[in-house]
Amino acid sequence: MEYILGILILSAINLVAVLGLSVLTGFTGLFSFGHAGFMAIGAYTSAIVTARLHLPFAVGLLAAGLVAGIISIGLGRLTLKLKGDYFCIATMGFGEIVKPLLNNWKWVGGARGWESIPKYGGISLLLPFAVAVIAVILSWNLINSRQGRNMVAVREEELAAQMAGVNVLRSKMIALVFSAVLAGIAGGLMANFIGFIAPKTFNMVKSTELTIIVIFGGLGSISGSVVAALLLTVLPELFRAFSSWRLVFYGLAVMIIMIGRPKGLMGGLELTPTSLRKAAAARKAKRDTAAATAEGEKR
Amino acid sequence: MAQFLQQLVNGLSIGSIYALMAVGYSLVYSIMNFSNFAHGSVIMLGAYLGYYSMTLLGLPFWLAFIAAALGTALIAVVLERLAYKPLRDRKATFLYFIITAMGASIFIDNFVIATIGPTPKMFPAVFAQGPILFGKIALGRIDLAMFVISAICLAALIIFIDYTKMGKAIQATSFNMKASTLMGINTNMVIFIVFAIGGALAGIAGVLYGMKYQVFPQIGGITLKSFIAAVFGGLGSLPGALLGALVLGLVETLVSGYLSTQYRDLIAFLILITMLIVRPSGIMGKNAEDKA
Repeated sequence: MEYILGILILSAINLVAVLGLSVLTGFTGLFSFGHAGFMAIGAYTSAIVTARLHLPFAVGLLAAGLVAGIISIGLGRLTLKLKGDYFCIATMGFGEIVKPLLNNWKWVGGARGWESIPKYGGISLLLPFAVAVIAVILSWNLINSRQGRNMVAVREEELAAQMAGVNVLRSKMIALVFSAVLAGIAGGLMANFIGFIAPKTFNMVKSTELTIIVIFGGLGSISGSVVAALLLTVLPELFRAFSSWRLVFYGLAVMIIMIGRPKGLMGGLELTPTSLRKAAAARKAKRDTAAATAEGEKR
Repeated sequence: MAQFLQQLVNGLSIGSIYALMAVGYSLVYSIMNFSNFAHGSVIMLGAYLGYYSMTLLGLPFWLAFIAAALGTALIAVVLERLAYKPLRDRKATFLYFIITAMGASIFIDNFVIATIGPTPKMFPAVFAQGPILFGKIALGRIDLAMFVISAICLAALIIFIDYTKMGKAIQATSFNMKASTLMGINTNMVIFIVFAIGGALAGIAGVLYGMKYQVFPQIGGITLKSFIAAVFGGLGSLPGALLGALVLGLVETLVSGYLSTQYRDLIAFLILITMLIVRPSGIMGKNAEDKA
């Protein structure tokens, strides 16, 4: 039971981080290989607030999001003007800089990691799920707002969006800060539910994993990201028995998806009650017209 | 002064092997405009191929180099055909290439961990122990070998690119792939050759790296440094990759020597970010124009 709960909490934490990246990558078209860096910042902030300052967990989480967000503003100012590959490489560099900085910071455990971070049980166990639900609602509202439409415009055609009066840099910045805040909060949740953090947890592989989940779910789909985050956290856990072969198949699956189904699970569509109803209605309409034409031919 | 010269020598030796790895990244980038993150894993496979040719097959070390180079060239070409060709045919954006490369890298690294295991392996001793002394400066034999072999390979590569018909075709393709196809250049062939060359150099670099340190599945992650070198020098530019690699090697050894080895990676990545902010196209890269 505890094991299942652990996996569910891990899925919720991953989901929070993935939702931010979904807005950044899926809706704004910016690719990051450094969001594990923001998770690390959030994790260490929350750990410092709860373990060293002895403040409540909620304060730790808010601080985690806040610090990650502020740092992302700085990073964005420096790197958001870079094009394509180069923004990606810059974020990768950022992620790799966070790691050695933490490795050399003895006060928070250095390279060996930091144990004995306060863990929370009881009612607090609901917190990751609550945060995940709030994150879903926030992301959904963001992408359906004016700001969200601007982001999609930037993704589709930057120059045209600019011509139409969209402040491209501002849209990108909002997406980056949003994703960094969520990654920071996810890191904070991770620190206080696992109770142990080490700089090497937040490596490039972790960053890539987050981006891969977004792509797996389908770029430009919040519900796709949700499904993919749950699927890609639970599935590897089920195959833990084949631990060494697990990642072999993971790598293979990534390649096959990229080559075979680049649109991802949802392919930019959303899974909502309305969309399901619409799909059902469309199918019914198609059947009706087919029947009508068949009848017409008979006559 | 002697210490400084010593660091300089060490830096050049590390830099030369970074150069050998960096040109692989740069060559592929110049043609296909994406960072081939699977290159590090190919380097790692080269190290294992060299190790097993010497221990299992009992080949002399120079034959091990050739065996590793041929093996990795084949692996790189097969990887291109299976993983990148479908994306090219679909005209996918750079992101799909990068993620596919990452997937390939995860696949190869973990395949080696699952089959061979994570324990590091030592190359059989090839060179006599004890450094060659020039006054107060000690030059390790393996370091000298690294420098000489890298220099020969890179010189051969530059001659190939500059003075052969195929080399000219590579240059033309990197300038403009579409126009080159219209001029009758077989760009598929060019890509094939580029991956074969990059792969062969990766194999040699892997064997050298394994001889200097050890052979282990995570070598690919360490080669990220040579990727920094390629970006620093200017992605897509061969002389840039060489220069960037030598500068990075020197900076790394100077930082380790005078500050602390713990700051080595930090400084390397700081250089990367600073360069991207100040001049994204690197020291000698093509000017990154907006292709909107």
